[in-house]
Amino acid sequence: MTQVKAGWEHYEHGADIGVRGVGASKTEAFEQAALALTAVIADPAAVQQRERVALACEAPDDELLLAEWLNALVYEMATRRMLFSRFAVRLEGTRLTAEAWGEAVDAARHHPAVEVKGATYTTLRVAQEGDGWLAQTVVDV
Amino acid sequence: MELSLFDKRSDYEWEIPRQGAMRVPAVIYASESLVRDMDRKVYEQAVNVAALPGIVKASYAMPDAHWGYGFPIGGVAAFDPEDGGVVSAGGVGFDISCGVRCLHTGLRREDIVKVQQPLAHELSRAIPAGLGSTGEIRLGDKEMDAMLAGGAAWAVQRGWGEEADLERIEEHGQMQHAKPGNVSAQAKKRQRDEMGTLGSGNHYLEIQEVTSVFDAKIAATYGLALGDIVVMIHCGSRGLGHQIGTEYLKRMAVSAAQHGIHLPDRELACAPINSDVGQEYLGAMRAAINCALANRQILTHLLREVFRRMLPQARLPLLYDVSHNTCKVEEHRTDGGKRKLYVHRKGATRAFGPGHPDVPAAFREAGQPVLIGGSMGTGSYVLAGTKESEALAFSSACHGAGRAMSRHQALKTWQGRKVVDDLAARGILIKSPSMRGVAEEAPEAYKDVSAVVDAAHAAGLARKVARVEPLVCIKG
Repeated sequence: MTQVKAGWEHYEHGADIGVRGVGASKTEAFEQAALALTAVIADPAAVQQRERVALACEAPDDELLLAEWLNALVYEMATRRMLFSRFAVRLEGTRLTAEAWGEAVDAARHHPAVEVKGATYTTLRVAQEGDGWLAQTVVDV
Repeated sequence: MELSLFDKRSDYEWEIPRQGAMRVPAVIYASESLVRDMDRKVYEQAVNVAALPGIVKASYAMPDAHWGYGFPIGGVAAFDPEDGGVVSAGGVGFDISCGVRCLHTGLRREDIVKVQQPLAHELSRAIPAGLGSTGEIRLGDKEMDAMLAGGAAWAVQRGWGEEADLERIEEHGQMQHAKPGNVSAQAKKRQRDEMGTLGSGNHYLEIQEVTSVFDAKIAATYGLALGDIVVMIHCGSRGLGHQIGTEYLKRMAVSAAQHGIHLPDRELACAPINSDVGQEYLGAMRAAINCALANRQILTHLLREVFRRMLPQARLPLLYDVSHNTCKVEEHRTDGGKRKLYVHRKGATRAFGPGHPDVPAAFREAGQPVLIGGSMGTGSYVLAGTKESEALAFSSACHGAGRAMSRHQALKTWQGRKVVDDLAARGILIKSPSMRGVAEEAPEAYKDVSAVVDAAHAAGLARKVARVEPLVCIKG
């Protein structure tokens, strides 16, 4: 069996933008969705991994947990004025713990396009698809 | 959308009759061509809102309606608390009390053209804009709570503005019944460095020239004449509002079943007005309205400082300040007589008509100024509320152009530098920390604001007064 290749993409939503992560596991799909979130703001390849931040959140089901995860990152980005480009997620039932690596926003180097206000529940979906997992939602910018 | 989905009530009114779970009909106010161009999601979302408990009369969509989250952007819905009515975090939006304010300058085009470059430069230095930008003001816990209770009135007391500003702001600059205690520590932390910042995305500060006057009498009442220079500021409640929206969206989604509310989609998350969650949200949301009013007031102060240095002959009194993401308690006439309703406007502007007691005395005969922001580099409009708007959509009108193209598509279509150069060739200076942001906000990525405003006028939601066009745009 070939393993699903981890990856992310954006998808269209009239006024805002959809973030989608796919991976061999739910964990990986959550990590990729986080990369897609960074990419709404700036090119993840331009964000160096200088600092590590630990995060934790909880929600009653997988889908609300994805929104919580993305919102936890939005909060850390806003209050620390950082961008992240690498993520390690652990899922235990309804609880998520994670580490995110990144650096302070540097307008000259990152050219940040837009700030994300929050993750919505529009097109929110966490599901097993074929041999892999998908995690997606629309973020408000 | 196919027109066959609707019962046509007039050239500008399209009704979706009550069906299925809908408690009331849904009504879209728009021209035939705007309806044709609208996303099918507007139909679905307007129908879903019509099924929420306690909704009164109809679920409305304005001419600029587009696919939102739960509620359409450009959506208006009123709920009766005595009939199990709900309040919805998604029906207000993440950027609580995002809005537009317009200031006079007493200047004419020739005054600006002489200093256009250095003025644009100084404004871009003075107005913190874009991701990661911070303001000069740091609020401690006590001052944060005073700001959340006091709004623009708090800002004026601290020296950021004039007493006369307050009567030209909805709620006299201070939303009553705000509960700073209902605002989480996280939301307050997110706001700590963000007072007096513009934000990003479609937020901007523009110097504009009045290029058309459609209603000379009302324009004169508002103090607008052809060739006048005004300034418009478009922004909202910054990180604090976003965090409140985020937190209560989850609480409402999780608690809906306990309240016996069936959500066809979780994005419609709501709570009964007469519930703990509903009341806590209202207190926090009103605090966020005050945050937005204080923020626009501080930005106004920064703007006035620049003008004082560069154009000392200018005076910048406020024309008006309106919010377009709110839920407000208002008295409206319905079939059952006058009722206090909770009116949600998500991407829709309140538009009280002539004679309404909440319209400033100077404008009471003309109706409330309705400020419609265009996209970067295109026109914006000043309209006036009408008497008939109350019966049409609880005194509401459109709020802007609305996107015609996704950010993703815009980024593939335009280069930020070229957008800036093209606009400069037309005499419009754009200052932005992000060229990618400029590409995503390219004027052509938005619908034609004139078509939206013409439809609002023809439908009777508001009356066209004046068109303004930008000379300088500070973009977030």
